[in-house]
Amino acid sequence: MDAVVVGGGWAGLLMAKELGARTSLNIVVLERGPSGGPLQYATDMDELDYAIRLRMMQDLSKETVTLRHDATQRALPLRQYGSFQTGSGVGGSGEHWNAQVPRYLPDCFELLTKTTQRYGADALPQWHAVRDWGISYDELEPYYTRVDKLLGSSGRAGNIRGKLIDEGNIFEGWRSEEYPTPPMKMPYFSALFRDAAKSLGYHPYIAPSANISQAYTNPDGISRGGCTYCGFCGRFGCMVGAKAQPTNLLLPIIQKRKNVSIRIGAWVRRILFESTPNSIARGVTYVDSSGQEVFQPASLVFLASWTLNNTRLLLLSGIGEPYDVSTGRGTVGSNLTHQVSVGAATAFFDQPLNRFMGSGSAGILFSDFDRDDLDRSGLNFIRGGYFSARGYGFQPIASFGVLPNSIQATWGAEWKKASVSYYDRTGTIGFTGEHLAYKSNFMDLDPVYKDALGDPLLRLTLDWRHNERKMAEFATPKAVEVAHAMGAREINSFPGLHSYDAAHYNSTHVQGGTIMGSSPEHSVVSPDLQHWQLPNLFVLGGSTFPQNASANPTPTVLAFVYRTADAIIERYLKHPGPLA
Amino acid sequence: MLSSVTLPHMRRRHFLTLSAATLGGVLVYSLDRKATLLGAQHKPVRLPLRFFTETEALIVAAAASRIFPSDEAGPGAREAGVAIFIDRQLAGPYGRDRFRYTQPPFEDAPRELGYQGSATPRQMYRDGLKNLQGFQLFGPDAQDEALHKIESTAFFSLLRQNTVEGMFCDPIHGGNAGMIGWQLVGFPGPRMSNFDEVDKYYGKEFRPKPESLRQATGAKVRPSEDES
Repeated sequence: MDAVVVGGGWAGLLMAKELGARTSLNIVVLERGPSGGPLQYATDMDELDYAIRLRMMQDLSKETVTLRHDATQRALPLRQYGSFQTGSGVGGSGEHWNAQVPRYLPDCFELLTKTTQRYGADALPQWHAVRDWGISYDELEPYYTRVDKLLGSSGRAGNIRGKLIDEGNIFEGWRSEEYPTPPMKMPYFSALFRDAAKSLGYHPYIAPSANISQAYTNPDGISRGGCTYCGFCGRFGCMVGAKAQPTNLLLPIIQKRKNVSIRIGAWVRRILFESTPNSIARGVTYVDSSGQEVFQPASLVFLASWTLNNTRLLLLSGIGEPYDVSTGRGTVGSNLTHQVSVGAATAFFDQPLNRFMGSGSAGILFSDFDRDDLDRSGLNFIRGGYFSARGYGFQPIASFGVLPNSIQATWGAEWKKASVSYYDRTGTIGFTGEHLAYKSNFMDLDPVYKDALGDPLLRLTLDWRHNERKMAEFATPKAVEVAHAMGAREINSFPGLHSYDAAHYNSTHVQGGTIMGSSPEHSVVSPDLQHWQLPNLFVLGGSTFPQNASANPTPTVLAFVYRTADAIIERYLKHPGPLA
Repeated sequence: MLSSVTLPHMRRRHFLTLSAATLGGVLVYSLDRKATLLGAQHKPVRLPLRFFTETEALIVAAAASRIFPSDEAGPGAREAGVAIFIDRQLAGPYGRDRFRYTQPPFEDAPRELGYQGSATPRQMYRDGLKNLQGFQLFGPDAQDEALHKIESTAFFSLLRQNTVEGMFCDPIHGGNAGMIGWQLVGFPGPRMSNFDEVDKYYGKEFRPKPESLRQATGAKVRPSEDES
């Protein structure tokens, strides 16, 4: 086999599609979950089985991760889903996502340099592990544009080649082109938020969405219809195929190519490599659905199995030097980040909101505090984030019983009466902010707990620090002020970030562990996502991000995959070896 | 681990007998969210139980209807068939923790790490219900008092969560009978398109008539509790 791709989600399938369609390489994608896809999604519109029991997620009985807040504690397994939800099966998390598609801010890619230049070296918090990515936004922009065309992203540009457009996000990085499709429709709660934000002098805009607003045919010839605002989006597959998913955008092309195949039920355990005479990956071993261990040799290995599993497979395979918190040496497992994602203000209204109508990415955002040229005097944190009023489409099991803090009852007649009356009269203003990398947040192998095959689980050492807590503290009264301007009768404000809470959903944007950078001293892969020691191994996905942005990561993941595919086709295949 | 769990095929069949008025029946839908029970059958209905004994089912039904009572604010757990829903959930993969990581060692942990216990939902109900013996015969005040005593237990949180699930799940799962939970809060179920309405009805109620997943799709859908 010429190439093996570990993981059949967004990153793995985009690489398989690009190489499969543009070269004659023989490629196999190994996916440990089942095949699924759009045909069954209409009959999956069941909140209990999909949004509560989480039928599309990885089977935690076979493998989970352990977590502790700091390196002095003993980690315990996350026995059920909590702060993030990883997908399984062909399409991976790209099937059950909400399809929110903002880009990262330009200075995210040069965070160490830009922050130090602007504020001095002391501005970064103690124990930070912030790094530059080794690439600039300007270099990445053409690939972002390809991603928007692939997905058919809906929105209004706020900055086209430096020209600011009020209807869009004027604080975003420059775009070479307008979005492929116009912005989404606006649910009522979001419209209230837009008017209130405007009245306070902010710059609200319609959230960019890969649940598309109208019919669109992408450059690969794949056509989709527009979103129907059915509200069954995040944690579900899209029943009309309006949501960009690997199974509707990438799989149909892969299936037409004789040189690409997908093996499901293939659980990859190790990447095999040799160090002499040349350092090179030889292929992977996996356990197939019958329990048989198989060696799959390949000349090119793509590790695209989501953040946590990418890191775990490198650690289990003994590839690279594991990060050691006590000495600061080593790279594999460093720079674990999540995201500040809080319900900053929950507002209660007199009028009904019709919240069942919506889409995972419909809604209004404002990014006035998601930029680094703010006046920071008096602020005790760096970086920032955006505010949101989403119209996800709400379903009753998860959303029944959200009540103003003035009501104490949690069951019985009073609780029921209040919950019924507030059911469709409440909405939450969210705040999503950057998470800096710290030396104290990292991953390694757990010494106690094992997966179903007997391999050690991945151990996460993760907690919030001063910067995240202060950022959330800053955002909360801003959101409360907007909620007042929306005409809310009562408002619950966010109580504050304490210890990292793995028991409640945050976002599925866990990053780092196999980060990119300009030198092997601090990074696992180059900005071409090529492994520094094994030049025929490429690592794809959010595991390569040195720290997290406020924005959702999928467009950035895909932009890097396009860029790496180009580098392989245009340079690597002609002269296999280190690209940098 | 299986010693405290009775498998459905190994035991004498238990039934829950419900009077007609407690079973959803046919509901008239009205635009002001009032659900009115019409044409309830007069004969009591005997439903076969998959997990609970009859006594356990009666306790669960009684407790669920104190958590989510039937009153002037609308129908509750009794009409929705919450006890039937919970019985089916416990008999299925969820009840035996098919998808939870259950490798030892089990240790106490701060709440930020989530439930760390070894007990499955089945075991939690079996053990929890032992502390509520005779509950179904108490008056409402005594029932509330008994529930207040266990309010902080993991069993009560589970019972409360499962009660809400049984009120608002798709009727395919045995709860939300007649879609009374959905009518109570104005949720229409899996509606295929809201394209024309999503940006209209600003500030005004839009309450399309609920349809279940089977009605909306015309497809035979298999709920997860029926899988092995």
